[in-house]
Parts: sequence; C-alpha cells; structure tokens
Amino acid sequence: MSADTAVAAAPAQVEIFAPEKRRGRIRTFIRRHPAIALGGALLFLMVLAAVFAPLLSSIDPQALAPARRVRHPSAEYWFGTDMLGRDVYTRVIYGTRVSLIVGFAVAILASLLGLIIGLISGFIRVLDGVIMRVMDGLMSIPPILLAIALMAATRGSVQNVIIAITIAEIPRVSRLVRSVVLSLREQPYVEAAIAAGTTTPRIIVRHILPNTLAPLTVQATYICASAMITEAILSFIGAGTPPIIPSWGNIMAEGRALWQVAPYIVFFPALFLSLTVLSVNLLGDGLRDALDPRLAKRI
Amino acid sequence: MTQAPARAAARPLLEVNDLKKHFPIRSGFLSGISGYVYAVDGVSFSINRGETLSLVGESGCGKSTVGRTVLRLIEPTAGQVLLDGERIDDLPARRLRPLRRRMQVVFQDPFSSLNPRLKVRDILAEPITNFGLATSKGELDDRLADLMDKVRLPRDAMNRFPHEFSGGQRQRIGIARALAPGSDLIICDEAVSALDVSVKAQIVNLLSDLQDELGVSLLFISHDLAIVEHITHRVAVMYLGKIVEIADKKTLFATPKHPYTEALLSAVPVPDPTTKRNRIILKGDVPSPIRPPSGCRFHTRCPHAFDRCKVEEPTLKVVAPGQFAACHLHDPAAQPVARAA
Repeated sequence: MSADTAVAAAPAQVEIFAPEKRRGRIRTFIRRHPAIALGGALLFLMVLAAVFAPLLSSIDPQALAPARRVRHPSAEYWFGTDMLGRDVYTRVIYGTRVSLIVGFAVAILASLLGLIIGLISGFIRVLDGVIMRVMDGLMSIPPILLAIALMAATRGSVQNVIIAITIAEIPRVSRLVRSVVLSLREQPYVEAAIAAGTTTPRIIVRHILPNTLAPLTVQATYICASAMITEAILSFIGAGTPPIIPSWGNIMAEGRALWQVAPYIVFFPALFLSLTVLSVNLLGDGLRDALDPRLAKRI
Repeated sequence: MTQAPARAAARPLLEVNDLKKHFPIRSGFLSGISGYVYAVDGVSFSINRGETLSLVGESGCGKSTVGRTVLRLIEPTAGQVLLDGERIDDLPARRLRPLRRRMQVVFQDPFSSLNPRLKVRDILAEPITNFGLATSKGELDDRLADLMDKVRLPRDAMNRFPHEFSGGQRQRIGIARALAPGSDLIICDEAVSALDVSVKAQIVNLLSDLQDELGVSLLFISHDLAIVEHITHRVAVMYLGKIVEIADKKTLFATPKHPYTEALLSAVPVPDPTTKRNRIILKGDVPSPIRPPSGCRFHTRCPHAFDRCKVEEPTLKVVAPGQFAACHLHDPAAQPVARAA
C-alpha cells in the first residue's frame, strides 16, 4: 500500500545541527532583553538609594526647620521643603526604603504562600473545592478595601501593612498556580514521567514547579508593583505606615494641602513611585519572555 | 519485518481481559453522577514478545483509553491487565512502580511530550535513575550515548533543549525515553500521526528496526491503516469501546470479516487513481459512547444489519484460523440470508 512507497522514498535521517554559539556578554544581553536591562537598572538604582540613603543626604528626614518652610526646589533643597521645613529630597530618598521593603516582602510572601496553596489545591482534589471557595470569597472584596479593613483592625506599622497587602494578594497567586498545575498535570510529559516511574513529589519538583516558576515570577513582579501602590494609597489615606516614617504615601498626604502653592511636595514622591513601579513592571515583562526557553531566541 | 517472530514465548507478554473503562459524568457541583461514558467496554487481547499489535479505529472509539489504562495512567473500571502473567491492574502504586520499567509510552504530540525545561540528557536519564539502572555517572553516560545511537541522533544533541529539535527529532527523543529503562513493551499512542509523511516513514522504520534489534513488543495505536499495514503483525479493530475484529495483518487486510473492518479498509487511499474500488460509505456518525446502541454497537450503521443485531450483542468468535470477529453474519447457527459479497 501507500506506506511502502513512502517508506522506500524516505531520505536518510539525522539532521545536522549548527555548532553552538558563544557570544559576548553584556551587550548581547541588553540587546536581547532590553526590558530586563532597563527595568533592572532602574530598580537597582532605587535599591542603591534605599540602602545608601544616609550617604545621599546628610540631613535628618525628620528634622524640622520652621524657618525654612515651603521652599521651592533650589540648589540647596533639590526637591524643596515641606510645610514643616523638612527636606523633601531626603524624605523621598528614605521613602524608597519603605516602598521597596513593602513591595519585595509582599511579592515574596504572597508568591510563596500562593504557591503552596495553589499546589495543594491542584494536587489534592478533595481540598480544592473548599480552598477555592475561600479564595473566591477573598477575591470578591477589592484588594485595597480588604487591606484597609485589615489595617483598621490593627495598629499601623510597616509589618502590618505587609501582612494586610499579602493577604489581599494571595488569592490571585493561588488561582494562577492552581490553573497552571492543573494544565501541567495533563501534559503528556508528566504522564510519560508517571509511566517512567517518577514519584509524585519528584514530578512536582522536576516537572511542575519549574514550569510554574515563569508565570509565578511575572505575577510576583506585578504584585510587587501593586503592593507599592497599595502601600502608598494606604499611607495617603492615613491607614498605612505611621506618619512618623517617611513613606511616599505619607509625603504626598502631607503635601496635599499645599498642592496649589507647592506642587513639588506631591510631585517628587509620585515621580519616584511611578518610576519604581515602571521598573518592576518592565522587569516582569522581560523576565516573562526570558524565562520561557521557547521564546529565548538565539540571535 | 512482516513475519511474526518464530520465537514467541508460550506466555504472552501482555494480556488484557475484558478491560472496561467507564468515565463518570458529573453534571455539576455537588450533584451526583448522571451517567457514564463507556469509553472502553470489554476489550480483550494479548501481545507476544517481539510482536506488534495495532489498535485501529476512528476517533473516540476508545483506543487511546485502552493504552492509557494498560499503562495505569488511568485506573480501569473492570477487567484484568497481565504483564508477563502478573496482574497489574489492581496493584497499589508502590508495587506497580518497579513494573513500570517494562512498559513505556510514546505520545502523539512531539511538542508537549517533552518537558521544555529539561535538557535531552535529563529527559532520558529520568527513567534510568528512577529504576536505579545506572550505578555510576560513567555508566549513565554510556547508556545515554547508546540510546542516542539507537534512535539515530547525534550524541552531542543530548545537551540541547527540546525546542531546538524538529518534530521528527523530538519523536526520536520520545522513543529513546521509552527505550531508556530497557522496556519490553512500548505503547505508541498515535506516535506518528502528527508527523509529515516522510518523517512518519522514518519513525515507522525506526520502530521496526528497533523491534528487530531489541525484540520489544509494540502496541501501536493508530487510525492510519496504511502505516499499520507496514509495521504490524496483528491488527485489532475497535468500534465504540469494543474490539470488533482481530486477526493477523495479512488475513485482515485480504479477507476482512466484520462489515466495519470492510468499510475502514475501503476508505484507505490507494496511490493508483485508476484502480476501481468498492467504497463502502457508512451512513451517519459514530453513536455516542454515553448511550451505546443495543445489541451490536455497529447495527445503526451496518449495511448488513438484521433483526438479531439490534437485540443480541455478538461476541468475538473464530471465523477463520487466527481471525476473530464479533458479528452475527459469521455465526453459522443463525445465518439470516446469504450475504451479498
């Protein structure tokens, strides 16, 4: 029949591979992943500012100077001073600490807890229904409202802000992980691993987790960005970081009343917040592409 | 590679007795089971060492479910699966695991059957290390190199990721993985259906060569009768969860006994356009496996159906030496009318 003719005509196999290329370092990386390079560089600058805040400004961010109230930006006061005479530049630099700590801590905590919850509900079908209904319940409340409610129930501190935002973000992560796990479980390579005698814990570690990591990392960066915004909102409405700590939300809240005479008090922390969120999102988009080996083109 | 091997052992390598898989249908949250999909409903066959049995039938007839149930990727509803005389259908997972070494699978889609994050080396090493088949790194490397040679891939390709390969090459990697633990039976679930014609031929030839070389048995699940005729020793034809005919390849292709087999064979394309053929066109669609027809499942579409077919289910009976068919037409006890051949 037809197969015999087709088989007879089949050419000899073994396709030849191009020899593996080794290319130059940083320049290639930037050209291949411009989003990671730009986002990473920007975020790195922010981290440097946060770590070396005391070196970047010799002024105490809390130091009051009633004589120099509401000075416009100048060579002496780069970002001007607020209504209590505090240096806005110094406060914004110190505010970087709060935002980054909250952003990173929430991203890490929410990813870890969401990963665990998602894996449990993806693998233990009995618990799936219960866990997912609870998550649905949490998701039906807008995260910012949930965070406000949780903050109202506790004392304002950076730690509590982190906990409140984490709880509000967990449902999204666990839903994502669960859906990825459910689709990965059905993949033929997972079935082949079962047929090859791989135990369930090893299947999770070898086949499920690494393939969950890419979407989870991307999600973590978005969570990081949204946590920084949520923290700023909470501080702005006075439900977040206590006013004694200079956070961008607090600075903006204090500058709100002087918006018409001294818009720079609101402008600079807002600019820093936008840049940080932008850098984190750029990083996330870049990582999403870079972490997928199918998209990682060899140029 | 068209003759059945003479050294077939007395005991078949794989024996499947009255295998059933009924998938429950749940209509919604908290509601009970509202019915079953009778995907596989009483299938029996056996495969000898070094033999190829092909399971053919149209989409949805349950042929893949048979393969997956034999592998215990899904649990059977009823029936027995015996590997080398030992029942494996009721073994607990821990006792089944060492036996998994002996049966492996090659899937249809060469793109989703390899983990995109693992290098070929790690993909192939997984079954070997799972079963503790290599004691040292050197031994593992030797085995891996040997596997690459067996499937005709260059050895240095081991350090590459699956996305760097073409569909045919990936399927070779899939076959190498199936061979890795030194398996006796490889279940090829539509293993060549997703490939181009020329690549398909290469893979089919590779499988036959490997069978000659290593004496592995193949359960070749396919809908492509032209390919099946090239590779197989015996053929089992499935229709709606049941085997309707099972016979040696030559007998089945030359003198099919079941009307469904006749219809299937008449649909195989012939390269010569001038050949005159009697195409048997079946009417209607395959009935739903949720509510299979009474009696013979094929009676709704059978051109020769008579009254008895609607009420009584035919069983597989010997119709010629080495040929079994489940059809009342071949039951000498109750011939209704002479068949128009």
